[in-house]
Amino acid sequence: MSFESIADPTYLRSIGRVSLTVSLTAVLLSTLLSLPIAFAVGFAEFRGKRLITAVINTGMGFPSVVVGLLVLMALSSSGPLGSLELVYTPEAMILSQCVLAAPVITGVALSAVESVDDAVRDAAYGVGGTRADVALITLKEARYGVITGILAGFGRAISEVGSVLIVGGNIAYADGTSKTRTITTAITLETRRGEFETALVLGAVLLALVLLVNGVVMRLGGR
Amino acid sequence: MEYRRREVLGASAAGIAAAVAGCVGSGSEGDEVGVAGEELALATTTSTYDTGLLDEINAAFQERFGTRVAPNAQGTGAAIESARNGNADVILVHARSQEDEFMRDGYGVNRRDLMFNDFVIVGPSDDPAGVGDTEQATAAFEAIANAQAPFVSRGDDSGTHTKELAIWDAAGVEPGGEWYQELGQGMGNTLNNASESESYTLADRGTYLSMQDNVDLEILLQGPIEGGPELLANPYGIMAVNPEIHSNVNYQLAMAYIGFATSPAGQDVISNYTADGQQLFYPEALSEDPNFQQYVPEGWQSEADSE
Repeated sequence: MSFESIADPTYLRSIGRVSLTVSLTAVLLSTLLSLPIAFAVGFAEFRGKRLITAVINTGMGFPSVVVGLLVLMALSSSGPLGSLELVYTPEAMILSQCVLAAPVITGVALSAVESVDDAVRDAAYGVGGTRADVALITLKEARYGVITGILAGFGRAISEVGSVLIVGGNIAYADGTSKTRTITTAITLETRRGEFETALVLGAVLLALVLLVNGVVMRLGGR
Repeated sequence: MEYRRREVLGASAAGIAAAVAGCVGSGSEGDEVGVAGEELALATTTSTYDTGLLDEINAAFQERFGTRVAPNAQGTGAAIESARNGNADVILVHARSQEDEFMRDGYGVNRRDLMFNDFVIVGPSDDPAGVGDTEQATAAFEAIANAQAPFVSRGDDSGTHTKELAIWDAAGVEPGGEWYQELGQGMGNTLNNASESESYTLADRGTYLSMQDNVDLEILLQGPIEGGPELLANPYGIMAVNPEIHSNVNYQLAMAYIGFATSPAGQDVISNYTADGQQLFYPEALSEDPNFQQYVPEGWQSEADSE
C-alpha cells in the first residue's frame, strides 16, 4: 500500500491545507500579538527590560511537547477551558503554535528594532520628528529583521510536530479528508507504519511549501 | 532499502501541486458534515488504525448514517485516559483488564466484544534464543530472558504492552537489564526498531502482517489463530463513554456506531479486510452461541452465580 495514501490528491490537498491554514493563522495571530510587544519593549527604557528580553529569548526555545501537554490539559473536557470543546480541533493546534511562534517573532523583531542605529533616531528627532515619526522611521529600518522574525515563527509553526500531535490528535476521516492531520503528523504516521518512502515524499512536499511561503513573503517584503 | 526514485520524485511533484492547490482552493469542499453537523469522536489503538481497518469501518458507517468519524489513534492506555477525560464518545481497544476497570469505574457503558486476532512473537530469522522451538508464550519469554537476547517492549501502556507484561508475569520472569528495552512507542515504530536492532518483540498479528514487507522479522511463535497458545489471544472490545459522567459526549451516535460495528454489515467489513491477501481481524460480535459474559467485567460474580 506504499503510495496508496498520498497518490490520492484529496488526501494531500487536505493535509496540505490543514498544515498551511493552521500555521498561517497561528503566525498571523502571533504577529499581531508580538510586534506591539517588540516595539514597546524596543523603544522604551525601563527597569526590568533585560529580564523581559531574557524571558522572550527563553520562550524561543520552549519545548513544543510541553506546550502541547499544557494546552491539552487546559482544553481537555475536564480541564478549565473544557467547555469550549476545542480539544482535537485545528483551533487547538493554532493555539499551541501561537504559543510557540510568538516568542520567536517577538525576540527576532525586538533585536531588529534594537539594532537600528541610534543615529537614525537622533537624526529623526533632530529634524523635528515626533515620537510617531521616529517610530515609523525605526520600523522602516527594522523591517527586514521583522520579516525574518515572522518567517522564523512560520518555520517553527509549520515544522512543528510534538504539540500538534498531542492537541490535534492526527485525525483524518475515512474519505481521506483531514481534520487535524498536518503534513508533519502524517510523516510520523507513515514512519510508524514503516512507509518510509511515503514519509520522504511528504517531507519533500513540506519543504517545498515552506520555500514557497518564504519566497512569497520575501517578495512582498521587497527583498 | 531500495528507493524508487522516479516514483518518489513524481509523487513529490504531484504532492506539491496538490497541496498548493488545496490551500489556494475554495476551502469549502470536504467540509460538508453529516447528521445535524454531528461527528463521532473515536479513541482507539494504533493497531486498528495503522492496519487501515478503521477507515473501512468508518467509511461504511458514514455511508449508512451520513456521520463522519474522527478517529484518534493512541495506545489502549492513552485511549482509555482520553475517554476518562471526556475527549471521546466511543472507544475501541484491546486490553480486557483495563476495559473492565474503565467499566467498573462507571466511565463506560455497553461494552461489546467486537473482534479478535492474536499476538505473535517475532524476532530475527536466526533466532538466537531458540524461540521457534517453544510451544508456549511463557516458555518463549523464558528462553529470551535466559539467553538475554535483545527484546524491545512497547512500554506505552497499550493493549500489546499489557499483554506482554502479563506473559512475563505468567512466566515468572521480571524483565530487566540491558537486553530489555522499553520504547514508549506504537506497534509500527516498535517493529521497525526490532527489525533494525535484531530484537524480539510481541506484536499483534494485524500490524505485523501489514508491515511484513518493510521489516526483517519472522513469526517465531504463532498465536491461537494458527493453533498457538490461548495466552496469545487478542480480543477487541468496544464501548460508549458514559453520558452521565461527561455530558458533552454524543451517546446516541456512540451507540449507533457500536450497533453498526457489531451488526452483520460491520462484521462483514471486518472479516473481508485483508492485507496481502491475509485476513487481519476476525469478527466476534455475531455468534450462534451468545456470550453474555462479554457484558460483565472479568472476575465479577453476581449473587446468583455464587449461590
